[in-house]
Amino acid sequence: MTPFVDVAFLILSFFMLATKFKPPEPVEILTPNSVSSDKLEDENAMQVTMDKEGRVYFNMVTTNNELKRQLIDNLNKTRNLGLTPTEMNHYMGAGPIGVPFNQLKSLLAKSPADQAKVKQDGIPVKDSASNELYYWVRDAVTLMAGNKVKYYIKGDNNAKYPDFKNVISAFKRNDIYKFSLITTPEDAPIGSPLWRNQQEKK
Amino acid sequence: MASIDSGGDSGHKKGPGVKKAKKLSTRVDMTPMVDLGFLLITFFIFTTTMSQPAAMQLFMPKDTDKPEEQNKAKESGALTLMLGKGNQVYYYEGQLLPDGSNFKSTNYDPETGIRSVVLRKRQTTPPEDLVIVIKPNEDATYKNTVDILDEMKIADVKRFALIDITPQENELVLATQKNSGIQ
Repeated sequence: MTPFVDVAFLILSFFMLATKFKPPEPVEILTPNSVSSDKLEDENAMQVTMDKEGRVYFNMVTTNNELKRQLIDNLNKTRNLGLTPTEMNHYMGAGPIGVPFNQLKSLLAKSPADQAKVKQDGIPVKDSASNELYYWVRDAVTLMAGNKVKYYIKGDNNAKYPDFKNVISAFKRNDIYKFSLITTPEDAPIGSPLWRNQQEKK
Repeated sequence: MASIDSGGDSGHKKGPGVKKAKKLSTRVDMTPMVDLGFLLITFFIFTTTMSQPAAMQLFMPKDTDKPEEQNKAKESGALTLMLGKGNQVYYYEGQLLPDGSNFKSTNYDPETGIRSVVLRKRQTTPPEDLVIVIKPNEDATYKNTVDILDEMKIADVKRFALIDITPQENELVLATQKNSGIQ
């Protein structure tokens, strides 16, 4: 039994080292498959998540918490949210946020751990008058100015196209036309032009 | 199983009156540790994310009303794809005829679906003329949209645009859906 236990612990150490924990997400998203294989960055990016009911969440992808603090500080000023410093500090540890501005105060009153338990209604994006995603994107872009920023859109398989279009239009209003859609990678079908290109490169 | 043996009996005789110490077993029961080990393995197997997500690039055109800024497409090289309900794709080449006779429908099947249509169009059209216009309607899902963008990548189509469906095209799509009983 000793060799068996040895192997078991070897596997254990492998999984412990190889595991990268999923960042906390308010909802589970099943992304579509695609043949794309570009790597995701975890700095200088912003991610918009769409769940299957069309709720939209915004997250600033950065390891610099100070930047998140500045984002919420700016939004607080420009949108008159009336947040207290404690509430703004709560945003630093929070994941994607998906509430309208008028509910942001009550959400951020909770600690990041408790925020995850709250059911969020999504950021309004439906029409251009109440498109709040525009302000999130605008302030985040200003903060990351000077860097090459990636705009990630992570949508659920069953999200409807109009929701996607609304998200895109929020970006377009900020003069952003280049997106990265987050997908699950798959191989190019054998015999297709893409597959032939990949074979030639090898 | 693995255990430590302290040797125990040291060989030389003890003096008279010295009581021989009772030998205690130094074998440790390892079963709980192994149990815990397997529990951790199971935990890490379930929490680990092996396939890292990838990013797909998408470039959108700038909205413009000025005709001189809009891209022109040759009629012979244009293929319009409309995405509808129930994983159906509708397409026509060039311009939509008034009687709708060049309006056809297909699906996302890798063998018989839209891929063969795109590939055939790509082979029969000079690369500089080929333009594919993608028009998802209200009922198309995000997956449909990504799938069709993926087809563009698979077929190595360089020029394609994701734009809104026109009302008459949408009517035609809805009528076709009604006729073929797609809910």
